[in-house]
Formats: sequence, C-alpha cells, structure tokens
Amino acid sequence: MMLENAHTLEVVRRRGYASRWVVGAVLVAVVGWLAYTVVTSPNLDWVVIGQYFLSTPVMEGVGTTLVLTFATLGIGLVLGALLAMMRQSHNPVAIAAASGYIWFFRGVPLVVQIVFWFNLSLLFPTLGFAQTNAVITPFLAAMLGLGLHEAAYLAEIIRGGFLAVPGGQVDAALTIGMTRAQATRAIVLPQSVRVILPALGNQFILILKGTSLVSVIGGGDLMTRAQQIYGQNYQVIALLLVATGWYLILVTLAGLGQRFLERWAAA
Amino acid sequence: MTAEGGLRLRGLRKSFGAMAVLRGVDLDVAPGEVVCVIGPSGSGKSTLLRCVNHLEPLDAGFVQVDGLLVGYEPRDGRLHESSERDTARARLRMGMVFQQFNLFSHLSALRNITLGPVKVLGRDPAEVEAEARELLARVGLAGHADKLPGQLSGGQQQRVAIARALAMRPSVLLFDEPTSALDPELVGEVLAVMRDLADQGMTMVVVTHEIGFAADVADTVVFMDEGVIVESGPADRVLRHPDSARTAAFLAHVRRHPEAD
Repeated sequence: MMLENAHTLEVVRRRGYASRWVVGAVLVAVVGWLAYTVVTSPNLDWVVIGQYFLSTPVMEGVGTTLVLTFATLGIGLVLGALLAMMRQSHNPVAIAAASGYIWFFRGVPLVVQIVFWFNLSLLFPTLGFAQTNAVITPFLAAMLGLGLHEAAYLAEIIRGGFLAVPGGQVDAALTIGMTRAQATRAIVLPQSVRVILPALGNQFILILKGTSLVSVIGGGDLMTRAQQIYGQNYQVIALLLVATGWYLILVTLAGLGQRFLERWAAA
Repeated sequence: MTAEGGLRLRGLRKSFGAMAVLRGVDLDVAPGEVVCVIGPSGSGKSTLLRCVNHLEPLDAGFVQVDGLLVGYEPRDGRLHESSERDTARARLRMGMVFQQFNLFSHLSALRNITLGPVKVLGRDPAEVEAEARELLARVGLAGHADKLPGQLSGGQQQRVAIARALAMRPSVLLFDEPTSALDPELVGEVLAVMRDLADQGMTMVVVTHEIGFAADVADTVVFMDEGVIVESGPADRVLRHPDSARTAAFLAHVRRHPEAD
C-alpha cells in the first residue's frame, strides 16, 4: 500500500483484545453471583437491616464513633506535633523522650492499649481523691487508647512534613529577625501542612475504622451497639451489614472531605 | 573603636568537631565600605558570615554591629550567650543573602519582602507593602510581585532575596556567594543590583568568586585560607600586587579557570 498520501487515510483506533472482554465477563459473573447469593440468602433478613439502620441505638453509635474519631485526631495532632518538635529539637532528653514514646505506643497493639486503659484501676485503684473506675469510663479509656496510639503515628508524619521544608528557609527567617518559634509558625508549619494532608486523610480513615476496636471494652461506638443488638436478637449478619453500611458511608464522606482539603491547600 | 557604625570582628574561632574552620579572624568594616572576601573552597568564608550573624554560635571571639555585641552579653568578665529574642534583635541590623536564595516558597515575592517588617518590626502592613513594591522596582522586578518563588528564575529569586533583606533596613548586608548557584547568563543581573547598592553607600560584606566584581566594586579585598585572613587591603592592591604568595597563587588559579569553584 502506498503511504505517500497517508494524511488522507482515516485512523481507526485499536479496540483492545478479545481477552479483555472475557476477563470482564468472568468478573461480572463472579461478583454478580456473590451479590445474588448474599442478597437472596434465606439467612439474611433485609427487613431487620431496614429496621435497625436508622434506629436510635445505631445512630447513637454512629455519633460516638464520629466523636471518638475527631477526639483521637485532635489528641493525636496536638501531641504528635509536640513529639515531632521534641524530636527536631537540640535537647537530647527531649529527643530521647519523644523517640521512646513513639517506640512504645507504636509498638504495642492498639487493642492491648485500649484494654489496658480500661483496666487502669487494677494498677492504680485511686487517682488522687477519686476512684479510678469513676474517672476512667469506657469512653475515656477508648479515647486515651486511640489518641495516645495515634499521636505516635502522627508524630512521624508531622516530622516528615517538617523535614520537607528546606532548612535554609529557617536560616532566612532568622536573618530577618524571627525567633525559632516564629519561623516554625510562619514558615515551616504552613509548608508542611501541604505535605502532611494526604497522609493525614489516610490516617483519618484508619482512625475511623480503628474506633471499632473499642467494642472490646463496650466503648459505645457503632460496633459496640451492633454487638449489643445482635447479642439479643441473634441477627449477627444483618447488624454487621448495618455497621458495614455506615462505615462505608463515613469513609466515603471522609474521602470527599480529604479531596476538598487537598484542593484548598494547593490553592 | 568604631562605636557608632559598621562591623567589628575580633578573634573569631569556630570548629566543627575536630576541624577548625575559623582560627582567629579579625576584621573591621566601616560604614559604607564594601568588603569582598575571596579564597578557596573550604577556607571558612561562608562559616565566617554565618558566625557574624550568629546562625552558628562562636567558640571564641566576638562580633559587634553598630557597637552592639551579637549573640552575647558581657557579664563578670565573660561572654554569655544572649536570649533568642536579644540575638534576633541584634541580627536585625544585618541582612543576609544566601547562595541558594532561601526564599519562603509558599509566599509571593511581595509577601517574602513584607513578612519581616510586618511580623518582626510590627509596622503598618499598607505602608510596608508600598515600600516593598518600590524595592521590587529597584531590583527590576516591578511586574513580579505576586509570583511565587518557583515561578521565578534563579536571578530573579536572588533579587527578591536582596529586596527582602533591604526591607529590614539593615546597617550591613552580608552576601554568601550570591551568584554561585546561578546560570552564567543570570549572574550579571544580580551583580548589577549589588553594584547599585554599593554606589548608594550600603555597607556590604560579599563572599564571592567573582574577582571581576571585587575589582570593580570592593573598597577592600580580604583573602582567606585555612580559617585565617591571609591578606587584606585596598582592592586594587590586593588583586594586582598581592603581598602573599598564597594570594597570588589563588588569583592566578582563578584567572586561569574562571569557572572553577
């Protein structure tokens, strides 16, 4: 064929191989069959799911899950920023203390930490004038366990953000008469936020799902409520699906929020 | 003793671990004087500037700017390191321009310049902004006020950095190899700005490899090697008829390899 007048020839784009269609068809079949068997299973009562999805205990559980998530994030961010600054400082005691904290709280499984705080009274029966058990409610134990654990992770993420800002900019801030603290606030923090945000969004989702661990001490979150309900009516799968639905909704919203925040920070 | 102006360095010593980088440096810079510091890499020139404004603490010796001690206060016969706030206040009298520009990369050119006067000096933002725009015009960047550092060329960034230093109205400007990180075709625009400043009577200490600039602009040329000042004197004499064989060898080397660091 003559290609001299190729510019007059129509271009037909490749459609792909037949194998793509085969793989696609198999996937659709497998997923469809799985969904069909679950949805139509005689052991799954959709009426129960509908009945509990917006029920008061479940909604209270969702509320507690959200409160725990934001409280954990708050404790983690404040304590994590402090730990990150300690590790960046020139004080060997501060560096050792922060490193030790991160080593310990990152090394011990979260569920162990939660159960530990819940049973603090066995170690310290009284805190000052108060009975330990009166102070450490399941909710507080959950918050302490989640928050202190999260701080160890966020400390490393925040420190990574600090390291991403060239040290020369701090020098420059000092030469225009800023103190180290002013330079951190005006120069380092705003620039590290951009680096930290994507990891932070990820961490938020991990925290959100991690709150379900507090069900082992009856922390009152979504998972606790689901367990309490199926403990009475034995509709285990139905209530796990109620919880699954809510977790997916919350995680989806968190993902949208993260995208919005990142776009805002990039602007 | 020049109590009212300029810079006075006495017996500056600084080691990093076992390596002695400054081994007793004395230098006086009079108000309005331009001093160029030349010397081979590793001779301690950059460390000297960082010690002058206390970015690096000294091991011994002292620095005075306008008669004020920088970073230390004398008490019971010794020099005690000042509080951070006092050090910051003394530093205000010295502007610094870095080899790598070190602009704040999240702030526009204009905000890079206004940050110090507004945050540190607490001056009126509107007044500072008007002044910053004048400074940008003075370094030839009137149309670039709202650009981020990443949108500017190296030469433009360095001129913003000079304007940022000037905005603090320092009595001395310190330049740490201000053109070494620039592409050759961008060196001229930065040197031109520095030449203007020198003509307007700015007191400047310039660590540089640009012997031509030193010959044209400097009042005094200082040659440093191995942590000491080997020779210093009027630019013309030091560059044309150096007393020291080491100075002569360095100058001959630089003139043979003008690109060499």
